[in-house]
Amino acid sequence: MKILVVIEHDNKMVKQSSYSTITAASLINDNVEAIVMGDNLSSISEELKKSDHLKKIYVVDNNLFKNPLAENLSKTLKIFIEDKNFTHILSPSTTFGKNMSPKLATLLDVQQISDVTKIINDNTFERPIYAGNAIAKVKSNDSIKIITVRSTCFEPCGLDSDTEVENLNIDVDENNSVQFVSYDQSKSDRPELTSAKIIISGGRGMQNGDNFKLLEGIADKLGAAMGASRAAVDAGFVPNDWQVGQTGKIVAPDLYIAVGISGATQHIAGIKDSKYIACINKDEEAPIFNFSDYGLVGDLFELLPKLEEKL
Amino acid sequence: MKALICVKRVIDYNVKIRVKTDKSGVETENVKMSMNPFDEIAVEEAVRMKEKGEIQEIVILSIGTDKSQETIRSGLAMGGDRGILVKTDNEQLEPLTVGKIIKAIYDNEKPDLVILGKQAIDDDCNQTGQIVATLLDVPQATFASELKKNNDNSYNVTREVDGGLETIKLNTPCVITTDLRLNEPRYASLPNIMKAKQKKIDILEIRSLNIDIKNRLEILEINEPPERKPGIKVEDVDSLVEKLKNEANVL
Ligand SMILES: Cc1cc2nc3c(=O)[nH]c(=O)nc-3n(C[C@H](O)[C@H](O)[C@H](O)COP(=O)(O)OP(=O)(O)OC[C@H]3O[C@@H](n4cnc5c(N)ncnc54)[C@H](O)[C@@H]3O)c2cc1C
Ligand SMILES: Nc1ncnc2c1ncn2[C@@H]1O[C@H](COP(=O)(O)O)[C@@H](O)[C@H]1O
Repeated sequence: MKILVVIEHDNKMVKQSSYSTITAASLINDNVEAIVMGDNLSSISEELKKSDHLKKIYVVDNNLFKNPLAENLSKTLKIFIEDKNFTHILSPSTTFGKNMSPKLATLLDVQQISDVTKIINDNTFERPIYAGNAIAKVKSNDSIKIITVRSTCFEPCGLDSDTEVENLNIDVDENNSVQFVSYDQSKSDRPELTSAKIIISGGRGMQNGDNFKLLEGIADKLGAAMGASRAAVDAGFVPNDWQVGQTGKIVAPDLYIAVGISGATQHIAGIKDSKYIACINKDEEAPIFNFSDYGLVGDLFELLPKLEEKL
Repeated sequence: MKALICVKRVIDYNVKIRVKTDKSGVETENVKMSMNPFDEIAVEEAVRMKEKGEIQEIVILSIGTDKSQETIRSGLAMGGDRGILVKTDNEQLEPLTVGKIIKAIYDNEKPDLVILGKQAIDDDCNQTGQIVATLLDVPQATFASELKKNNDNSYNVTREVDGGLETIKLNTPCVITTDLRLNEPRYASLPNIMKAKQKKIDILEIRSLNIDIKNRLEILEINEPPERKPGIKVEDVDSLVEKLKNEANVL
């Protein structure tokens, strides 16, 4: 058995999701290798070398990968694995992995297993369906297993090793029918939602974007990431990539604080694996209370300033 | 220009699903079914393109049992021109198979745009669009939140990715998958629902396509998710902070 992990990064830093994916891989078998495709990768190589569990790292440094177009990535992977006998290929189930991995699976005529939350053995896995309201245990009969991994379900690997790195040249024809135009990065000095220890999220109850300042003060004090419900994002209160839930980000912090969020199934799907959930809502019947370890009934505009003061 | 829109019939997103006691699946008897919400967004986008004169014809495709005709009809009532049902008894076709079927229809219809939802809210796979683009060897834009047609018939698509918004330019033909903020789907008006009854739906037997539809994944069990243990309501901010600090130890 031989496992390959496809590393996600932004050409400067390795994403946390990659380290969790390495852990997931190591639970299948200890023969794990990694590939990183990108542009100007020297700092990435240095960082990634330290990851535990890896037997070898392949680096494909090419300005074709300055922006992660799925067409180029999947074709390169297909060429790379040709004579290498990998039995499993894992990517994080982030927008990066979701975009690229099913293409690789298709090139190999394999049915991908999306969003794996648990490894049972080398061919059997668990994955949530219906917004996490059911858990499917599936067995793959494909000769190569292509998997995306829900990173919040696996601890990031340790960083105490010094793995061998091999630089590779792989010739792929640039795809001319698609071009990168621009990337508008949402700026934030806060921790990433998917790896934060504490998250405070606001919903429609916040009423407008300005009122999110009430959450900011608390997030500052706690070193927390900030998130939102779909309703808050749709209403334009906060950026799109703050959305937590079935179709947004799946999070699993030690503490999730939901403020002015009713607790729709689609939102709960994204927060269920949090260690503790606390909520503030003025409607004591709101479903969010059924999922909260600590619920506080009341008006958020009154309670948030008090909470900030107490911390 | 012509658009092919893929729509799936799924359990309505408002229904609280129940896992069958024999662990073979979830209860679908007497449960409200609807068009997958992301596919409604796909239909809406196509209808808006047609209203702007960017495309001339909208074909609505569903793969499923006879009942999926209802789903196609709702797409036709929103403004689709005609429908295609690829009929199968297997209610749990895998994305790879669905992708191959969509390719077969594409090869016949030769649309300029194929628009799908980013994710079906039953299997939560988030694969089919990517599979179709790869099988067709045409460019893809997943998680689209804005589409802009350029003069040369290419499209600039803004994508919702982790950490921000990415814009890419795609030549047609291409595959696009929709995210939630692309648009807000309309409700079909009564006259349009009536009109949709006259629109044509071609029905194809899946066998006629000669595609191997055998599933690659075996579903061993479907289980209830682990329950969270019940929590408590706290009196005030002080006791909330106290609990978080001393009971949960998370502050
Ligand atoms: C296909 C699909 C995918 C979806 N994906 C997601 C997803 O990924 N994430 C997601 O979040 N949603 C998602 N949704 C939407 C979801 O169904 C809900 O509509 C949404 O989560 C509701 O957001 P909310 O709780 O902020 O708003 P509401 O349901 O309107 O709740 C607002 C809450 O604020 C409380 N409130 C109001 N004022 C105050 C106050 N002054 N003080 C205290 N409390 C107050 C109210 O009591 C209420 O409970 C999806 C829906 C669909 C159809
Ligand atoms: N049986 C089907 N019939 C038509 N379209 C489908 C079908 N299954 C999936 N799709 C399309 O593929 C998208 C993504 O589905 P999935 O990859 O299963 O999450 C859906 O939003 C639909 O647009």
